[in-house]
Amino acid sequence: MAVRHKSVETKYMEERGAALRGLRQLDRRTFMKVLAATAGAVMAKGLVPPHTFQLVNVANAAVDKSWSTAGASGTPPFMFAYLSDTHMYVRAKNQRFVKGAVKAVEDVNALDPQPDFVLFGGDLAQLGRPEELEQGQEILAMLKAPVKMMVGEHDWFYDLGDKWQQLFGPPNYSFDWKGVHVIVLMSVHEKDFWTARKLTPAERIQIVAGLDNPIQSRFEVGDEERDWLKNDLAKVPTTTPLLIFSHSPLYKYYRNWNFWTEDAEQVQALLRSYPNVTVIHGHTHQVLFNQIGNISFYGMLSTAWPWPYAPQGLPPLTVQMNRADPYDQLDGLGYGQLNVNKEGLPDMLYNLWDRNPVTIHSEYLRSHGKIYRPPAPQFASY
Amino acid sequence: MISKAAFLLTVPSLLAAAAFAALAIPSRAQQQQPTHNLPTAAHGGTIVMLCDGKTGIEVKDLKPGQTMSRAEAQSVADALMAKWQHAHPNEHWQMAQASPAAEASPAASASRGAIAPSHAAPSSSQTQSAANAPAAAPSLTVQQGDTYASFQPRDYKVWKAETDKFVADGKRIFHDDKALGSTIGVSCDMCHPDAANTHPETYPKYQVQLQKVALLRDMIDWCVENPVKGKALDPNDPKLRALEAYIYAQRKGVPLDYGKH
Ligand code: HEC
Repeated sequence: MAVRHKSVETKYMEERGAALRGLRQLDRRTFMKVLAATAGAVMAKGLVPPHTFQLVNVANAAVDKSWSTAGASGTPPFMFAYLSDTHMYVRAKNQRFVKGAVKAVEDVNALDPQPDFVLFGGDLAQLGRPEELEQGQEILAMLKAPVKMMVGEHDWFYDLGDKWQQLFGPPNYSFDWKGVHVIVLMSVHEKDFWTARKLTPAERIQIVAGLDNPIQSRFEVGDEERDWLKNDLAKVPTTTPLLIFSHSPLYKYYRNWNFWTEDAEQVQALLRSYPNVTVIHGHTHQVLFNQIGNISFYGMLSTAWPWPYAPQGLPPLTVQMNRADPYDQLDGLGYGQLNVNKEGLPDMLYNLWDRNPVTIHSEYLRSHGKIYRPPAPQFASY
Repeated sequence: MISKAAFLLTVPSLLAAAAFAALAIPSRAQQQQPTHNLPTAAHGGTIVMLCDGKTGIEVKDLKPGQTMSRAEAQSVADALMAKWQHAHPNEHWQMAQASPAAEASPAASASRGAIAPSHAAPSSSQTQSAANAPAAAPSLTVQQGDTYASFQPRDYKVWKAETDKFVADGKRIFHDDKALGSTIGVSCDMCHPDAANTHPETYPKYQVQLQKVALLRDMIDWCVENPVKGKALDPNDPKLRALEAYIYAQRKGVPLDYGKH
């Protein structure tokens, strides 16, 4: 199976794996020298960007390591990774999206040190078919680190979650990790638009899969799940940092595309008494972040396709990524790493394929943009 | 100086009838260009028409296959315009490039009698009053008698309905992987909800990958062939035309900005 899912990049990584592993043992000065030499070797091989992104990753891994030993008090720092929004059809129908997912799995597996766990951000499947979900499970099973699953609307609305729950268990759960309370939410409930219209499951998922299809209703966490969240938090002291994983953004960005959670304010109210809260969400397929009161929000990248910034409602703190290059299948896509500090606040590292990575420091959002502003885009959305 | 004498003559209006015939045909695939039957040249020359479909002159001595010099052609154009001006003494002919100040101003276009406010694409209230009271037809302060002025609110309604249908067809295709001929289940809306980021107003522009200055349709075709993995569509394919219509319609009101990246 591993051979079946191997990508071009993996072969490249294997070729040079030994050399790269050695780099981390070096002190900084030697490291920079080796880095320069490697860059020379890459040039000599005739490899031009985008291939150089691997060097950038090595540099990051080295920085992460020195960073992760810095924590002195509070909760021990840790790192977790995510991949999200793989939107896979079965391979026989569409290779492209499977390739993206496999590449992300391999990239995460190549991280050294390995993440404590890998969050999967939802929308594993494109049309929620059992075969798509099973294939997705098979691909995620190649991850070396433990996987935390989250559900997206593309996984849910064919059979209303039957297959997904059979494969991955309940969609709401929580756990404690190194002093942080982690909550995974099912946040893509929709009001029933199908019964009255007598829609088949295939018709229902097709409507939900259309971002700009107005027949579907807006995402919500819903009464039941909010009660569940309230109960879950009842036993968590307010001094505990919270990490919330949600497929929908848990705030209101752009209604027409369901970049939106209808009951966002009610969910946010439940989190208000905790000073350190971070929401990591899927669905929006872009570099995206926001701060509302005590809550920092980060959108995850997709491995399938990037989405345009919405025409309205973009959070003012978001610094856009450059528009995607239509001629590069991987541009605007990638995966991420979250370095959680001793306050339980993550810095978000967007590992964009074929581009320089972008780090969003937690203090950027918490200072409302006063410090650590990320570089501005050259090609903003219009 | 004018070696070929120009004789003025009047051509009965055929264009309007032809346009209505075209509108009545439901399927765009079968739709034909209205043909314009020119009157026969009375003096053995060539008939040249203005774009209004009414005003024409015969250029004597210009035989089929012959061309005119630039100066001769200019004099024919001048003669045509003079004839049109004569028939429309109060019409102010505006040279678009010469008067940038008036450009794109709704007031300027309204002041052109040809598309007076009471004739403009009707809002629902205008339609209402037009239907109930034929008195809403041009008042004495509005010029009458030329091709445009003879259209009624009803006509604009028909045209709008036709245009909207064309756009709706494009919207359907844009959202339908099968209609696009995708072999991998991918449609345009998956990456371009509401056609966002298609930027039709920036074409023509140089596209590095295509190694040429591309029109919007070239870029649509590239996307049909690549992310969508279908077969490129012929420029006259009704599907390509409809896609183009939908993409433009989504950017109504955005200023043209050709060449922008
Ligand atoms: C897998 C994703 C994907 C699919 C499917 C896709 N596109 Fe694109 N397309 C892109 C990206 C990414 C861009 C670059 C967007 C930007 O400039 O911000 C783009 C650019 C374009 C542009 C040029 C925009 C510009 O600024 O010049 C046009 C036009 C376009 N697409 C039309 C289409 C059409 C029509 C379809 C369906 C036949 C389609 N696309 C399908 C991803 C896609």
